[in-house]
This record gives sequence, structure tokens and C-alpha cells, in this order.
Amino acid sequence: MTTSSALFACHGLRKAFPGVQALDDVDLEVLAGQTVALLGENGAGKSTLVKILSGVHQPDEGEMFLDGEPYRPRNAAVALDAGIGMVHQETNLLAELSVMENIAIGRMPLKRGLIDYRALGEHARTNLALVGLHDLDPATLVSGLSVGARQKVEIAKALSLDARLLVLDEPTAALSREDAQVLFGLIDDLRGQGVGFIYISHRLYEVPRVADAVVVLRDGARVAGWSRGDVPTDEIIRAMVGREVDQQFPTPPDTVGEELLRVEGLTRRGAFEDISFTLHRGEILGIAGLVGAGRTELARALVGADPLHAGTIHLDGRVVRVASPKAAADVGITMVPEDRKEHGLALDQPVRDNATYPMLDHVAERGLVRPSALNRLTSHLAARVELRGSPTQTAGTLSGGNQQKVVIAKWLPREPEVVIFDEPTRGVDVGAKQAIYRIITELVEQGRGVIVISSELPEVLGLAHRVAVLSRGRLTGQLPRAEATEQAVMQLAVEG
Amino acid sequence: MTDTRTDAAAPSAMDRARGILSGALSGSGPLLGLLVLCTVLAVMAPRFLTVGNLFNVFQQITVLAVLSLGGTAVIITKGIDLSVGSVLGLGGAVAGWTFASAGLPMGVAILAGIAVGALAGLINGLLITYGRLPPFVATLAMLSVARGLALVITDGQPITGYPAWFRWVATFRVLGVVPVSVLIVAAMFVVGSMYLRYRPTGRALYAIGGNEEVARLSGIDVRRAKLKVYTAAGALAAVGGLFLTARLNSAQPTAGTTLELDVIAAVVIGGASLNGGSGRLSGTLVGALIIGVIRNGLNLLGVSSFWQQIVIGGVIAIAVMTDTLRKPAEG
Repeated sequence: MTTSSALFACHGLRKAFPGVQALDDVDLEVLAGQTVALLGENGAGKSTLVKILSGVHQPDEGEMFLDGEPYRPRNAAVALDAGIGMVHQETNLLAELSVMENIAIGRMPLKRGLIDYRALGEHARTNLALVGLHDLDPATLVSGLSVGARQKVEIAKALSLDARLLVLDEPTAALSREDAQVLFGLIDDLRGQGVGFIYISHRLYEVPRVADAVVVLRDGARVAGWSRGDVPTDEIIRAMVGREVDQQFPTPPDTVGEELLRVEGLTRRGAFEDISFTLHRGEILGIAGLVGAGRTELARALVGADPLHAGTIHLDGRVVRVASPKAAADVGITMVPEDRKEHGLALDQPVRDNATYPMLDHVAERGLVRPSALNRLTSHLAARVELRGSPTQTAGTLSGGNQQKVVIAKWLPREPEVVIFDEPTRGVDVGAKQAIYRIITELVEQGRGVIVISSELPEVLGLAHRVAVLSRGRLTGQLPRAEATEQAVMQLAVEG
Repeated sequence: MTDTRTDAAAPSAMDRARGILSGALSGSGPLLGLLVLCTVLAVMAPRFLTVGNLFNVFQQITVLAVLSLGGTAVIITKGIDLSVGSVLGLGGAVAGWTFASAGLPMGVAILAGIAVGALAGLINGLLITYGRLPPFVATLAMLSVARGLALVITDGQPITGYPAWFRWVATFRVLGVVPVSVLIVAAMFVVGSMYLRYRPTGRALYAIGGNEEVARLSGIDVRRAKLKVYTAAGALAAVGGLFLTARLNSAQPTAGTTLELDVIAAVVIGGASLNGGSGRLSGTLVGALIIGVIRNGLNLLGVSSFWQQIVIGGVIAIAVMTDTLRKPAEG
């Protein structure tokens, strides 16, 4: 392979930040029509590399080529003009603007100095068609779209800029299995038209499906590369972590006891209807379903974050009312929310404060909270969840995995009876995943009940004693572990 | 490999030193500004740096400081309270009316004034939590209502003539130098600081300002906390109104007009962010002192009050910029 034939190539890229060599002599090539999976744990240097090629950071050393020409974007606008498109895990769309405005933002078509909405709509329709959104009204507000649709809009936006190289950062993290398959089909189509992709994902099982080449970074250096996509997952993991890791899910321990939670006829209009199920002590109940099936809404209602319109919740045989998250926590039902940056952490506040919010009333002695008591509690929790980071740094500066550990840890000292995990491992690295699985296992070993909601079907099937499936707001079935195959779950997920 | 890592570590040491320096400065930036200001004024106006004058400055800012105490708590929660100037006027008017027109004892009048202030604050809180009004709108409405009520109650006239013991708060100086009002305000700030730092509900305010939904999902009773904060801000505004009444021996229905803007200025000069989640009462006190020192110093220099407004506006912008520009810009 020579540089000149590659769509994009970089050689010997180096970038240092205070205290860390973020990139260390990295080479990467992407051919036209090729998808390169860029893999590595959080902090391995993937983001830095992507930020350099999209013009956000400047490299300390090394060269980049686009179509064989030297390429060195001074800022993000230059990279966009050069045809580098970025699609982030958290989409960068403006929720209160329409789809067409988002697609053309910064370069609205004008007519006599005023925005030409007719041309704007046409422009949006053309580009939406490229990503399979033929029926979407360009005037729809982004806030009304599902996560999957937002992602497609973002890709349409990149394509409208004639992007030839698209960087997809965890594109399927928020997508259902079904939507992920649609995305893969879209990637295949665009590759046929010569678009190159850099595909970043923690979902290694997707790699053989999407990638033609695999590059693994560790501690800023390229530690492995394959010029094919079907690389065995354990080989990739070994390269990512530099050691052998048991990638399997821990087998759920044989701990299922008496009934702990029973919900009957739970209804929240517009979200879910007539949901009844039980959860036993020591049991992990998986909840599967497509995005939009009502899983997150159900979890939020169970902890009083949103009101229920009908139904009863029994905990240990007693009817409990969960009018607010505080009331739910007081009876022993807590949740690790789906979106840790919006609902899990106050990103500008110190780790210590974030980790102790649920305990503020409980650590007070004679009505006063001693900061030293918060420090002790935080270091105790940090040890328990293997948190790496200082209690005084702001939560936003932690890596994704460590952020998630804080969100999980903050409830542990309240000793909740029922813990609901909504997408517990989204966007976290392999090491943190193992730590999170270990915490879940510990909880059920202590006789707690755990509900795990995940869009990663293997995770639900791997962790749970029993799987409940939601489809369009209804419970379409429950499967014991032995019967919960991907096939059977998907069957129930598309029912209704 | 090892060599490059050492190279990378070299700038990091310098960076760390810079980090420590800016960390040390960030807490005391406003204080440093106050000291520089005092030094400059001491040179330009020799009368500035006398014990008597310095306590004058303190006394002149007592009302602003009391209101800023509540304002800091409100701004920590990412809220805003535009009504405090009007509630100050209302609290003073209610106390004056209760004493002068209803003929009740001054002690009862004081309680009535504070209670009405607290009620106005509670209504703000209810509009914001249960009425889901943005704080800006809810308190803007109260700004108008409270001022109107103050004018109605007093019929637009000042209410004068209060017992000597009430005015003593503003007039008596302990050991001949320290005004009683200054001691009271200092005590309030100490208690307030302790509250924000050590009470669960005080610490919860930072959580709410940091991310309200996170606070709620973490089991913090956000509504209750907000009701408390706005009620406290209203009650403190009324206390400010009582201080002012004592000093002037007169309750003016228009007292405190536009004072809410000075309150916001004092809080942000003191280092709190209008984005919520940060702010300290020590900073706010320094912010209020900076405003007081500028007014006092410019008076001593014979600068007109028109020019004082211009200077204070500049100081607000510069004070907040020194804080924001020190932080690295967003990529």
C-alpha cells in the first residue's frame, strides 16, 4: 500500500498534553470505500487522533495526507471543507431547530438576504434521502426525533458537506440492534460510493460486520493492526489491554431467593402500558427491547423520576409509593440512569460531591456534614468500585468508565434493595465493564434485586437470570435464561 | 520512547506550577482586587485609610451585603432573584405601617416586615417550582407586585419616627467605632457560610446548580430546597429594609429600587457563576466591599455619582473577565 493511493494517511503522529503522551508515533491509512475500525480503551488516544484529523488539535510531529496531498487542518472548519465529517456518540444537533436548519447550519441558502426555506427544505430532502430518511419532514424539530434518527441526520449533515472520510464515534451506542443494522447497511452503501470510514466502537462484536481493517491503540501508540475485519475478539482485546482478559460475562450466581419486587399494571400514558412483572432477591432481571420500546421510561417511573398513571408497586409484600426519586430511594429502589452526562453527574462539580449526593442527609452528624466525612466516604467508595481519579477533580474530567463508576457508587452506601441499571456499560472500556459486572454480581450475592436494561443484547443475555422483553410499551414476554436466545428475544421485541 | 516521555514531562512540571499559582489566585482574586483598590485610594485620598472611614464603608454596604447573602444562595442554584430590591421596600413599608398606623409594638412590626418578605420569597419559590416559571420571570413579576404593594401600603409617603432602640442598630458604635449593624451582618455571613458548607441542604444547593436533574435523581428534594432559598432571599431582603429604615429613621416605599442589580454585581464580582454550582459568601462579601469602596473612594475624591456608575460597570466586567479569561478557552 502506498500513501498516494490512500484516501487518508498519517505517519508518525505525535501529540503530548501536560503529563501525558496522548499519541506516540501513530500511523493510519484509510482507502476510499474502506472502513477502518479504530479500537482501544478509553484514554488510548482515539479521541486525540480524531481531533487532530478534524483540525481541533495540532500534532506535535508527523504528517498527514488527504488524497496524497499534504493535509494539515488549522481548525475544524478547514477539516470540514476538506471533506472530513464527524459523527459523535452524543449528537451535536441543536434540538430546538428543525432538521433542515441543522443540516445547513452556517450555510443557509439565501434569497435577497433572507433564508430561502424552499431551497433549504430541498437541500435537506436530498441529503436525508442519502441516509434512507425519505419520509422525514425536513421541518421536524430535532427534539422530536429518536436517537437513531438523529444519528442519521448527523450523517446526512456530513454528507451534505461532501464528506469523503467519515469518522463515526460510537455510532451504535445509543441505537437499538435493528437501527444498528440499518446503519451498517448505510455504511455499506456509502462505501460503495467511495466514502471512507473510521469507525470507533467499544462493541467489538460489530467489528467483523463493519470493518475491512482494524487498528488498535494503547497508551497513545499503535499496538496492532490487521488489514481485514474478521479479527477474533479475544485477539483484539489482548491488544487493547495488553493482557489476557476474560471477556465473557460473569455467570449469574445461583442466588435467586424469595420475591422482592412485584409490579402490577404499571402504565405511563404515551410510554408504556399495563406492565406486570416480579423480581426476586438475588436475581438479575434483564429488560430487552428496541429503542423506543419504553425501557428507560419504565425505569424512570420505577424510581419516581416520572409519574405513573396507573399500577401498583409492591416491595417485600408491601405497597410502596414512589412519588419522587427521593421517595424511591427511601424505600430502597434506585437507578443508574442511561445518560450519565445529563442525568448521572454534575460534570462541573468535584467527584467527591457527586459521589455523596444521596448520602448528604445520612452522613450529617447533629445536622452538620463534615467535609472529612465526605472524603472518607468517597475514598471508601472509590476502593469499592476501583475508581481511578482524585476526589477533588471535577467529574467531567474523568474517563467515561470512571464517570460511570461514580454514578454507580453513589447509591451503594444507601444499600438499596432494588438497583436498576439503564445501559450500565455504554461507552465504557473493557476494564471498567468488568468492574461494573463485578458490582452487579456482588449486589445479587448480597440478596438485592437487580434490573439490567441494555441495548447490547449479548450483555442482557449474558448477565440476566431472566429476560423480560418490551415492545412498543408493552411487555411481550419473559424468558428464563435457558430459553433466552437472541432469536427468541428479537422475536418478542418486534411483536406488538 | 523513554526520552519522549521525559520531554513530555518537562512542560508538565511548569504547567503544574502554573496550575498551583492560578489555583491559589482563583480563590482570592476578588480579595486581591479589593486590596489593590484600597491601596490606590489610600494614596489618592488620604482620608480613605482611617478607621472611622473604613467602618463607614462597611456600614454603607450592610444593606447590600444582607441582600447579597440571599442572592448568593439563589445564584448557586442557577437561579436569579430580581425582586429583592422591591421586597426590601415592601418589608420596610410593612414594618413601618404596623408600628405607625396599626400602633403595634416595634418588635411585632419587625417580625411582620420579615414575615411579609419571607412570604414574597415563598411565592417566588412556588411560582418557580410548582408554576414552572423561569426564576427571571417569576421574580420580575414579584419586583413589580412588591413595589406596588409598598406604595399602596404607605400611600406613596415615607413613614417616619421610630423608637430609639430600633435606630440604635444603625447608630450605636461598639467601643465608639464598630457599628452594631456591621457586627450583625458579619455574624449573618459566618452563619450563612457554615450553612452552605456544613448543612446537607446547603451543600445540596451546589448540586442543584451543577445539574438539577442529577440532584433530583440523586434523591435531593429540589423543590423544597428552592422554596427555602427564595423564602430566605425574601426574608433577608426585608431584613435589609429594616436596616435601611433604622438608618434613615424612615421607611421609604421606593427604597431599594434597582438594588437587585447591585446584588447580582456583588455576587458575580465575588466569583460566583450565573451558570450555577459555584459561589462563596466570602467572595460575595468582598464583592460588596469592592462596590462600597469604589463609591466611598470616589466620593472622597469628589467624583460625581454619575461617573461612579460608569466605574462600577467597568469593574463588574473586568472582575468577571479576569476570572473567565484565566480558564482555558473551550476548543
